[in-house]
Amino acid sequence: MQRPNIRTVDLSKTTLRELNQELHTLNSSTDGAWEILNARGFHAVAVGVDAPVSIDVRGSVGYYCAGMNKQAAVTVHGSAGPGIAENMMSGSVRITGDASQYAGATGRGGLLVIEGNASSRCGVSMKGIDIVVRGNIGHMSAFMAQSGNLVVLGDAGDALGDSIYEARLFVRGSVKSLGADCIEKEMREEHHTALAALLERAGITDVKTSEFKRYGSARKLYNFNIDNADAY
Amino acid sequence: MCGIVGLFLKDKALEPKLGALTAEMLGTMCDRGPDSAGFAVYGDSAKGKAKLTLQSPRPDVDFADLEKSLGKAIGADATINVKSTHAVLLVPDDKVDAAKSVLRASHPSIRIMATGSTIEIYKEVGYPTEVSKAFDLAKMKGTHAIGHTRMATESAVTTMGSHPFSTGFDQCLVHNGSLSNHNNLRRQLIHDGMTFETQNDTEVGAAYITWRMNQGMNLGEALTKSLDDLDGFFTFVVGTKNGFGVLRDPIACKPAVMAETDQYVAFGSEYRALVNLPGIEQAKVWEPEPATVYFWER
Repeated sequence: MQRPNIRTVDLSKTTLRELNQELHTLNSSTDGAWEILNARGFHAVAVGVDAPVSIDVRGSVGYYCAGMNKQAAVTVHGSAGPGIAENMMSGSVRITGDASQYAGATGRGGLLVIEGNASSRCGVSMKGIDIVVRGNIGHMSAFMAQSGNLVVLGDAGDALGDSIYEARLFVRGSVKSLGADCIEKEMREEHHTALAALLERAGITDVKTSEFKRYGSARKLYNFNIDNADAY
Repeated sequence: MCGIVGLFLKDKALEPKLGALTAEMLGTMCDRGPDSAGFAVYGDSAKGKAKLTLQSPRPDVDFADLEKSLGKAIGADATINVKSTHAVLLVPDDKVDAAKSVLRASHPSIRIMATGSTIEIYKEVGYPTEVSKAFDLAKMKGTHAIGHTRMATESAVTTMGSHPFSTGFDQCLVHNGSLSNHNNLRRQLIHDGMTFETQNDTEVGAAYITWRMNQGMNLGEALTKSLDDLDGFFTFVVGTKNGFGVLRDPIACKPAVMAETDQYVAFGSEYRALVNLPGIEQAKVWEPEPATVYFWER
């Protein structure tokens, strides 16, 4: 059944610039649903939206899709190139396929769900965003992650959480190696509760929070200390 | 930046379309590398013959009498097929070295882009779609092809600085990235007898692979070893007579997307390069892992 006020934009007929300019005229009082056809790996699809609309993108996208997203719920029915949802502020972005490097980088809020795998540097310098990845993540993920949560149902690559600050990392599978100052931490009741809420928001119901391990900062590199010189 | 495309066909039915598919892929990567472009096409072979792809800044002069004069000098039949600034020279395969010596000695303005039984390499300065049009890429047939669009960082925008670089008989390499230790490595390779045409970092990468293979390594081993010896950023795509390989450095910041179906294996710097391939919607599409050699052979 088609929703009543759905607006369909076919990128084989409309230019990307026209689409994004139209999306930028929306504001907090606009709602409705958008469907974008023939994404065909275009860059910067639905970047900088600031309105409580839902946007379904059909096909895989290139660089920086849904960057700086605020309020909107963007779903990519395909895979995403580098920098999906970079610096997201709020709202949600869901990728039904895989995401390339630095997914959710520097994100300040909102929820990013990747149903496939994410490659390297997922959640690099995240600052409040929540990221849930059903598959695996690549090396250097959550590098310098400051706050927010990264949940991985699969495995993590090398140097997870290198130079991490206060972000929380939950990994269900194996971790190839931990980065400097990142350690495994106890899963306390509060973490099970927080993780359960994140999984629920991501629509994941087939895993238990007891299957995850938690990782975070040892807080030894916050300030320079000559005794820690080897760890820098 | 720089853009790379590659197409390795498994289905013979697509071979007449190799050039057309590659030209379309290359065209999508213009904005990643508008300075210059090039491509290697693995096409027909003639029994007992080898192909030399030649380039000249003055093709009218250099290629005019070459068939006759070179044939006489090497004492064998030589045929030449001119395409814009390039020409494919066909000689008996035991006369390759003789032909190269004659070219070097008597035709200093002719450059040898590739030598092999099936490989032809075409590359020039200019917008990639113009370069592929100049050589009629869309009409070429073959089993596999590798293309490159260049945004120069490490050396001048010249024909010889364009990719692909030939790495030996029927071998080529293209590169997205930059090598940091190419000067030092070039000195070491020169010491071991390798020769260089440019100050380009990729040429050092290509020569390194040749050097390792001259030591008896196969391509996979040479690529694996390069992870220890090359410092810098690279996504490499390599071609051999029967094979097609991909390698990314351990940091893997240079983009790469691959697609595989029953009909082909394809590489693109971005997914955009792959969208017009037949059956791409059903293809297995993935990002190659860092520091992992991928290699297909027929």
